[in-house]
Amino acid sequence: MRELQGVAVSPGSVAAPVLVLRKRPALPPDVRTDADAASAVGDVERAIASVAAHLEAQAQEVSHDIAAVLQAQALIVGDPTLLDAIKRRIGDGSTRTDAVEDSFSEFREQLAAAGPYFADRIEDLDDLSYRIRASVLGVAMPSRVAPRSPRIIVADELAPADLVVLGPSVVGLVTQRGGATGHTAIVAKSLGIPAVVGCAGACELADDTVVLLDGGTGVVVAAPTREQVDEHLAADAASKARIGALAGPGRTADGTPVALLANLGGDHDVLAATDCEGVGLFRTEFLFLDRDDAPSFDEQVEVYSALLRSAAGRRVVFRTLDAGSDKPLGFVDVGHEPNPALGVRGYRIAAHYQELVDEQLRAVATAEQLAGATAAVMAPMVATVAEVRSFVAQARAHGLREVGVMAEVPALVLSADRVLAECDFLSIGTNDLAQYTFAADRQLDELAVLLDPWQPALLRLVSMAAEAAKRSGKSVSVCGEAASDPLLALVLAGVGVSSLSMAPVSIPAVRAALFELTMTGCQQAAQIALGAEEPAAARAGVRALLKIDG
Amino acid sequence: MPFERRVQVGSSSGLHARPAAAFVRAAAAHPHRITIGRPDGPAVVASSILSVLGLHVGYGEEVVLTAEDELAVGALDELSALLGQDLDRED
Repeated sequence: MRELQGVAVSPGSVAAPVLVLRKRPALPPDVRTDADAASAVGDVERAIASVAAHLEAQAQEVSHDIAAVLQAQALIVGDPTLLDAIKRRIGDGSTRTDAVEDSFSEFREQLAAAGPYFADRIEDLDDLSYRIRASVLGVAMPSRVAPRSPRIIVADELAPADLVVLGPSVVGLVTQRGGATGHTAIVAKSLGIPAVVGCAGACELADDTVVLLDGGTGVVVAAPTREQVDEHLAADAASKARIGALAGPGRTADGTPVALLANLGGDHDVLAATDCEGVGLFRTEFLFLDRDDAPSFDEQVEVYSALLRSAAGRRVVFRTLDAGSDKPLGFVDVGHEPNPALGVRGYRIAAHYQELVDEQLRAVATAEQLAGATAAVMAPMVATVAEVRSFVAQARAHGLREVGVMAEVPALVLSADRVLAECDFLSIGTNDLAQYTFAADRQLDELAVLLDPWQPALLRLVSMAAEAAKRSGKSVSVCGEAASDPLLALVLAGVGVSSLSMAPVSIPAVRAALFELTMTGCQQAAQIALGAEEPAAARAGVRALLKIDG
Repeated sequence: MPFERRVQVGSSSGLHARPAAAFVRAAAAHPHRITIGRPDGPAVVASSILSVLGLHVGYGEEVVLTAEDELAVGALDELSALLGQDLDRED
């Protein structure tokens, strides 16, 4: 028995044998013995045809979404300009594999220069280049076939080509790299299977080793004893039953209310079926993405009032358009930015496109009247008191009563007292707040540990915001990834966060966690987490507290 | 004298991802050599996905489709009509 620890990203427990997706072997050098360019070109052409045929064949066996990814890869492999570049290099005396690799690099650089939009395609290029070279050299590729019996998939990191293994028999995911907001986490949550990422040593497991995976704590036990598995799965089933039996507003064991809210995009249908106290984050940008023009005023009113009606009296917080050069819009051009995360995004766009935000606020106010409900609005990515004041004035001019801002930039938290003197509430976006506090790009898996929502420095900022809210008699909520972690929810409640907004699927487990600890217990948990030096110690400390307590 | 068609890209995400793939597949289905580029920029082979992606054409930008062969005029019409549509909305 061996225990590994990673970052829990998708809850649930499962025990099953593992299928390890082996890393690609290093390729031997290609030696150009004869000077026959024609036969070298023929070898590459055959390799290309074989890789393309393999991709097309795989595309037949997978779901629609994944098939589209594979077909796009086949299109790249068959690119005539790519083949011309390879032929030219072979004619100039390159070896077959150098010609392939250098030709891919040529396009790789072009696409990288075109901006972050192409990041996924660039990964694809590296993968395809490798596969063509392996085929030229006759090196067998590690097989990627969906398992037929229940398996936990273990990988260094899930590459696009690995998606084909995710058939119905995959019951869990463990990756050695990756972070809480990465690719694997999103895939696992959408499939509803437990997953742990950033788990060092996972790839050293032998195939078919039985592993006990806990997607709630991030613990991965290799070759567990029978008793351990039984005990764990029984505890998991019992906790599921306990979670299922609870309903209603969020509160701690001693009855202190902590509101449980849902984060929603376009899917307001789920609201009717979700046991929650409202919507803490409605991402309005879904209405604006993938289209030529801004949605009309009437269209916005229709969508917003439909949402308010399905909320049936529950609180709904509309976040105004959150876009920028990292989430480009067809009709908003902020120009080229070398570093979009630090560019004109969120409320900063309003400076360029006043009328977009203004019309949106007018639509929310109209929807409010039509539906006979109260709507709250908040602006994303504000950093200064002046920005807050301007947004509040703009919203109040339309008659909106509850107006807040998102706390995603450390500067805003540092001015929390003054900010709260201007507006009604703060909502903390922990993912962006972590990115800007730790100077760590959210999209870089290598920096996952800096983006861990348990980082004590991040929690101290949350606590500062909560204390400012207490002084001003206003409220602060958390609507990032952090709110969906049941253990961390206790810490957030303990520092004084009064509502937690998360994906609807995460609400029951958070409700159950709060229900089992008193507010005094939550405050102790907060003290432990804020006083820790690093995330793992913070987690371990809070877990130990619960053991003593329960 | 080459044959030309000018058209504004109608896909909201520009000529990227899915719209680019649909365009390149349609271009590759014709036997003629057709190129695409900006009015004042270099032209690339329309059936090359990597070259088309590398143009980094955004929504509403004008592009020029060119062919040398008169027999390709029908293909030019079809491809320019395709570029004018919003291919992101197709499923």
